[in-house]
Amino acid sequence: MSLKKKITMTVNGLTVNAEIEPRRHLVDFLREDLHLKGPHLGCEQGACGACTVKVDGQIIRGCLYLAVQADGCEVETIEGLTKNGTLADLQESFMRRNAMQCGFCSSGMLLAAAELVEQRPHASREEVREWISGNYCRCTGYHSIVDAIVDVLEARAKGEKIKPVVAHA
Amino acid sequence: MKAAAFDYAKPKALSEAIGLLSEAGEDARLIAGGQTLLATLNLRLSEPSVLIDITNIDELKGISLTGNQLRIGALVTHTEIEDSELIAKHAPLLKVAVPHIAHRAIRNLGTWGGSLAYGDPAAEWPACSLALNATMLIAGPAGERRISAQDFFVDLYTTSLEPDEILVATEIPIATSNQVFYFHELARRHGDYAIAGAALVAEKQGNVLSECAFTFFSVGATPVMAKKAQALVNGRPLTGELIASAVAAARDEIEAMADITNSAETKEHLIGVLLERGLKHLLAE
Repeated sequence: MSLKKKITMTVNGLTVNAEIEPRRHLVDFLREDLHLKGPHLGCEQGACGACTVKVDGQIIRGCLYLAVQADGCEVETIEGLTKNGTLADLQESFMRRNAMQCGFCSSGMLLAAAELVEQRPHASREEVREWISGNYCRCTGYHSIVDAIVDVLEARAKGEKIKPVVAHA
Repeated sequence: MKAAAFDYAKPKALSEAIGLLSEAGEDARLIAGGQTLLATLNLRLSEPSVLIDITNIDELKGISLTGNQLRIGALVTHTEIEDSELIAKHAPLLKVAVPHIAHRAIRNLGTWGGSLAYGDPAAEWPACSLALNATMLIAGPAGERRISAQDFFVDLYTTSLEPDEILVATEIPIATSNQVFYFHELARRHGDYAIAGAALVAEKQGNVLSECAFTFFSVGATPVMAKKAQALVNGRPLTGELIASAVAAARDEIEAMADITNSAETKEHLIGVLLERGLKHLLAE
């Protein structure tokens, strides 16, 4: 019995083949094997949300999911979602509101916020707080993060875009 | 921390999963959403020899309506319950309870059946299934059997599932037009485990409640029903006085267990707080 399993998945649009131990959780696989350092490793118990990534279109905890479970799945990380523009207005809004601080929680916050903005376009400020309560910010900066998400919800409701803080090249 | 090494299998049929489970014995663990299991593996509180991933098994999936029974497959995720129109219409208690379960990233994977089979006394679904008089459908090497939620939750993290059995689905009688319900839990942070929680269900005619099911969770080794309080309230006009008597009865009859931060006295107090709020909510509905 070999303890290694062969897996194939799509990560940020690219096909990845690997041979891994079943105990390897997804965020370790992404960080250590694929060198995608955007998803962070925090508590490894599902409490902090720093490891949030998307699997088959849904946000999940990368520490509570095995890489072997992602066999055949489509995985997206902050790197891929930044590149394809999915998070552009949220990222602009986070910059405008200074909602990044140390940045450790930011990738998870952005992914959680993106799912909220997509699925609950009419969310109230209170619902925003509840939704992101699963993502710890150790800089105690929730207020500006909530502001940034609410700005995006309001802008989208009006069909507007968050204007960039810095001009893009 | 990292999990200890284990093997992994992903059967495609229920019979295959039961076979693997019987073969591997007590060293095997089933994994569905894995939202509790993975945390315990990472902490090495659990060191199984093999994980049997049941997420490919179609028999365990889906929410469907048959006559006056709503069938919820074991693999249905919390998010599917959150977003289901069938649930909103026929089991509205679940709809109001689901936002209390952890956070969306966890609800996207965690399952109905996993929560029930794990039997965590702080979890929402065991309490709801008890309040809604659910029936568990179980498959094992000897075939299928059914057991009521009342008999399913045996003790702390212990259900009547045998080591080689799998929870397939749950059947819930659909809500009647007179059914009223209340769900709330008190937690330090939204999505954390409840310090105490309540799931109340009753039939309502005017200000009279009947068929009462007052269930509390995170207060004992299993979800518990306040049977004396139910009997008091059943069939009488729900006055302030009756609510006070029911609160006293519930506090008296439920022997709460302390947890790491909250005493048994605190929990018994909170049972009363939740029941009072709940009954007032039902009265105002």
